[in-house]
Amino acid sequence: MCHFQSTAVLKDLKYADSHEWVKVEGHSATVGITDHAQDHLGDVVYVELPEEGSTVTQGNGFGAVESVKATSDIISPVSGKVVKVNQELSDSPGLVNLSPYEKGWIIKVELSNSSEVEQLMDSDKYSKFCEEEDAAH
Amino acid sequence: MGTFLEARKVGLPLMNLVRFKGLPILQQLHLEEELFRTSKENWCIVNDGTNDPTIVMGVSGKPAELLEIKPVLHDEIPVVRRFTGGGTVIVDQGTIFVTFICNQDAVPGLQPYPRPIMSWSSLIYDQWLRHQLTPVIDYVFGDRKFGGNAQSITKRRWLHHTSFLWDYEVRNMSYLKLPKRAPEYRLARQHSEFIWCLKDYLSRLTFIERTVNALGTHFSLKSVDSEANRDSSAVKFVPSTRLLTRQELEEAMSAADSKNSLAESISPY
Repeated sequence: MCHFQSTAVLKDLKYADSHEWVKVEGHSATVGITDHAQDHLGDVVYVELPEEGSTVTQGNGFGAVESVKATSDIISPVSGKVVKVNQELSDSPGLVNLSPYEKGWIIKVELSNSSEVEQLMDSDKYSKFCEEEDAAH
Repeated sequence: MGTFLEARKVGLPLMNLVRFKGLPILQQLHLEEELFRTSKENWCIVNDGTNDPTIVMGVSGKPAELLEIKPVLHDEIPVVRRFTGGGTVIVDQGTIFVTFICNQDAVPGLQPYPRPIMSWSSLIYDQWLRHQLTPVIDYVFGDRKFGGNAQSITKRRWLHHTSFLWDYEVRNMSYLKLPKRAPEYRLARQHSEFIWCLKDYLSRLTFIERTVNALGTHFSLKSVDSEANRDSSAVKFVPSTRLLTRQELEEAMSAADSKNSLAESISPY
């Protein structure tokens, strides 16, 4: 794990420029938002989850988080079918802040195109991306 | 001087300005949501009052927690759940609405997160209307609130809308409960103790004109006819903002009553 300022980036995950992470295991993937994202969003008070069985497409929104009076879309980093959603987030949306890479996972996906993952950033590239993004503002 | 102002505006991003008077709030929110999701342009929507008193909840609002449902049902007050976050308001003819819908690059250096967007938006009003920005960023003067805002953010685009209290009906506030999640400055005060009207200080027209002028220092504004042709593409946009049904409100009230009865029956006191 490497740290940029106070936010964490895990080495075995892949990252989208919209600040979602994905953990790929064979043809399955787990998706959530990064520590950088939750830190900038503020306290999450609600997570809008998709239906199990629905389809997600890389680059398109599939749900949203609410924080500081704003809904922020969650963009899928992969394409496929949603096989499981984290129902715990309905009662405990703050898990996204407390444990963004573990208990705060959002959906599990059966991938329809594993090669899409190659378009995502590895941990080093994502760390640099976050650094450049914060420096530009 | 005219050439200088024109030259200055040349470098500013374009923003379409649409003005309404008395547009129903549900229609306003549907328009906002459609422009936010489907347009690639920047927009400012101003609606000077809405027609009938309407309750507007945020995306995660729970009627049983936020509303006095029995009088809401009895008086047939419409309840809308909007697509943005934030709290519950009751809006009517005394409310002035101002909405900004922007591409991420419309404001150079602005990070697409709630607090930076709120800070930037408040500058539009702060340029001419002095107010204090609280930690949760409501529009307050001293310890009294005169406007509420909420936002929606997607990839490379954001929306910030505000309902300003030019005037309000005290009796309408009785439809709303004290929220569980409230900013610190509110404490446990009833609505009448912490909100404040703009009408004692300036006219509606002045408020709107000054806001538009302030916006004009950041964008090159183009007035768009509110009745202008809309994009008649084959794919019809379906908004998520909707009116709650009477059945939904009745069920929420029943569920809350059952929960309260159960709590009372097992209470040792």
